[in-house]
Amino acid sequence: MELNLRELSGQPDMLAPGHSLCPGCVESVVVRQILHVAGPNTVVVSATGCLSVSTSPYPFTAWRVPWIHNLFANAGATVAGIEAAYKSLVRSGRIDGDKKVNFLVFGGDGGTYDIGLQSLSGALERGHRFLYVCLNNEAYMNTGIQRSSATLPGTWTTTSHVGSVLPGKVEPRKDLTAIVAAHGTPFVAQASPHLWKDVMRKVETALDKDGPSFINLLAPCPRGWRTGPELGIQLGRIAVETCIWPIYEINDGVWKLNVRPREKKPVSEWLEIQGRFAHLLKPERRSEVDRIQNMVDRAWDELLARCNVAEPPAERKTAPDRGPKPVAV
Amino acid sequence: MTVAGRAPIRESSEPKTSVGLSGGLAVAEAMRQTRPDVVACYPITPSTIIVEKFDEMVADGKVATEFVAVESEHSAMSACVGAAAAGARAQTVSSSQGLAYMWEVLYSAAGLRLPIVIHCANRTLSSPINIHCDHSDTMGARDSGCLQLFAENAQEAYDNALMAVRIAEHPDVLLPVMHTQDGYTVTHSVERVDLVPDAAVTEFLGAYEPKVSLLNLENPVSMGPVISPHYGPDVKLPAVEAMLHARDVIASVGREFGELSGRHRGLTEPYRLDDADVAMVLLGSTAGTARVVVDGLREEGIKAGLLKVRSFRPFPDEEIAGALEGKSAVAVMDRSLSAGAGANPLFEDVCVSMYSHAVNVPLVNYVYGLGGRDTFPGQLAGVFQELLKIGRTGRRIPMVRYL
Repeated sequence: MELNLRELSGQPDMLAPGHSLCPGCVESVVVRQILHVAGPNTVVVSATGCLSVSTSPYPFTAWRVPWIHNLFANAGATVAGIEAAYKSLVRSGRIDGDKKVNFLVFGGDGGTYDIGLQSLSGALERGHRFLYVCLNNEAYMNTGIQRSSATLPGTWTTTSHVGSVLPGKVEPRKDLTAIVAAHGTPFVAQASPHLWKDVMRKVETALDKDGPSFINLLAPCPRGWRTGPELGIQLGRIAVETCIWPIYEINDGVWKLNVRPREKKPVSEWLEIQGRFAHLLKPERRSEVDRIQNMVDRAWDELLARCNVAEPPAERKTAPDRGPKPVAV
Repeated sequence: MTVAGRAPIRESSEPKTSVGLSGGLAVAEAMRQTRPDVVACYPITPSTIIVEKFDEMVADGKVATEFVAVESEHSAMSACVGAAAAGARAQTVSSSQGLAYMWEVLYSAAGLRLPIVIHCANRTLSSPINIHCDHSDTMGARDSGCLQLFAENAQEAYDNALMAVRIAEHPDVLLPVMHTQDGYTVTHSVERVDLVPDAAVTEFLGAYEPKVSLLNLENPVSMGPVISPHYGPDVKLPAVEAMLHARDVIASVGREFGELSGRHRGLTEPYRLDDADVAMVLLGSTAGTARVVVDGLREEGIKAGLLKVRSFRPFPDEEIAGALEGKSAVAVMDRSLSAGAGANPLFEDVCVSMYSHAVNVPLVNYVYGLGGRDTFPGQLAGVFQELLKIGRTGRRIPMVRYL
């Protein structure tokens, strides 16, 4: 597919304006891009979350393709049923099998990492043909910013408060992308909204597979991350440059790194611009920042090894730590 | 337990097949005949027998169904929602904890007006764990908006499995239909089952042709939107209306099935009730035992009668109130508890029926068979003796009793 911005901007949007997603939310931006690739012959399943409730206020809908929201935990199972129905209806001649239909699922980190993990795993294991896009904003945002297993340790959320006894989220972040890859899923990837060509190319690759595929997409949430709404796309860039959110793909089992930052930035550049990490900027929390840095570095080195990328130079090319900047809240 | 009281078989031009089948295998056979597009289920005792048999049929090419071996019952019902929303005939099988695990999805399916058929085998709910029969599992779903049909024996389970599809898909209903049979007692006991020929079933059911479907790409729809309080009643009340229509649909489908098979099924099945003095109201297999007891008491000159309820949801309140009018005392038998309530599920519905139709008959509630404990003819005979006393004295306290 020709990823020409001028051509794409001339195509009709499959997600209509008028939905109530927050200013600065990148989800609608990315969903429109994804639907440009998938096209009108697409059935969409949404797990309960910001996207589903903001795009379907009865009696209105923003979806110009067939869409279903069932429940919170069962997007994987719901798409499995739709795909199975499609197979049966094509086989029995009640539907024209020549017209390929894409099956797309959108779930947040809540509906994917946590409550929806079982049904996703089952659908992956059974090999149904669908693309699952996890819109990962690193917490249960729709219900008011509660921690998920995708939340970075040290983060403030409303169920990992920073108080006099507890320091924010304690547990490490779950690597769902690796969990999905362990299912032998034909195409698995991480993506960021600021790399729109990469997102769309990955969707194209995914939809070509005759089986399941999964894209874990970082979805910056100005509301929940406590940043200015104008920083949505920029946050994606910083996440990649600090290696907080590496961009890679696993295509038929082969790991490939898509983006290697020219200059690996320290995690403090990720933390200092988001109010949800404001407490970590205090000098007494230095060790927690170091812990996050170590975690990110370790994961990055492991990823480089898996992707068969040359060892990083002995002297890591990391920009100097310029200390905390004033925080936008 | 099904020796007496079988409905008379009318002559039909089509040859019938009589086979020995357990209730579970009879339902599997019915499923095959309904030709579902998608069957998504998870095994749980004692309905596993249905799941396994159906999978075997698929593997042998006896039915062309997409069998989705889901990883849980929650996903089973969820996959059925997806499939039905995509315009396919979808069914699942479950019991007990499995049914409980899909509880939220039953409500979702009913809210989305999807004609999914759920083949149930009644098994008690944990804890503690127990694989034997009582009605606590399906009772837990009685407010979900799903229809609920109870079978007494393998024949009825087979018949209900066929009719459930027709009832669910009827344009005036479009709700999930849960039909059930007693676990082990019926699922695993071999009885004579008269089968309807494949072609006749296909013609009787017709095709599932929904007005809206996710796979109708020319007319994209959004299903499962978010509703504000302003629309609250508007989206909930249609289910009530559909349930009212369902009574007529169950009756008319039952009549049509009667012409096809020779077995007419209604919403209730009275037995020697018309001139009865005392009566028992029941769901499920124990009706068979009760029928034998009624015959025995009649021989002793006691005018005992039986009212078996087939359709629990919708509850045929008018029919039941009319049938029980004039009796001197009635026992309503519950095989599940509603702990903390004044009485138990079936009694509550019968009571409401009587009250709303101004029928004043002494009613008592007997709880029996919890966790699969057997109920013997002598015990039921004892209940009728108690009813005679209540009829004479008018003293019906305590209202709730335990066999």
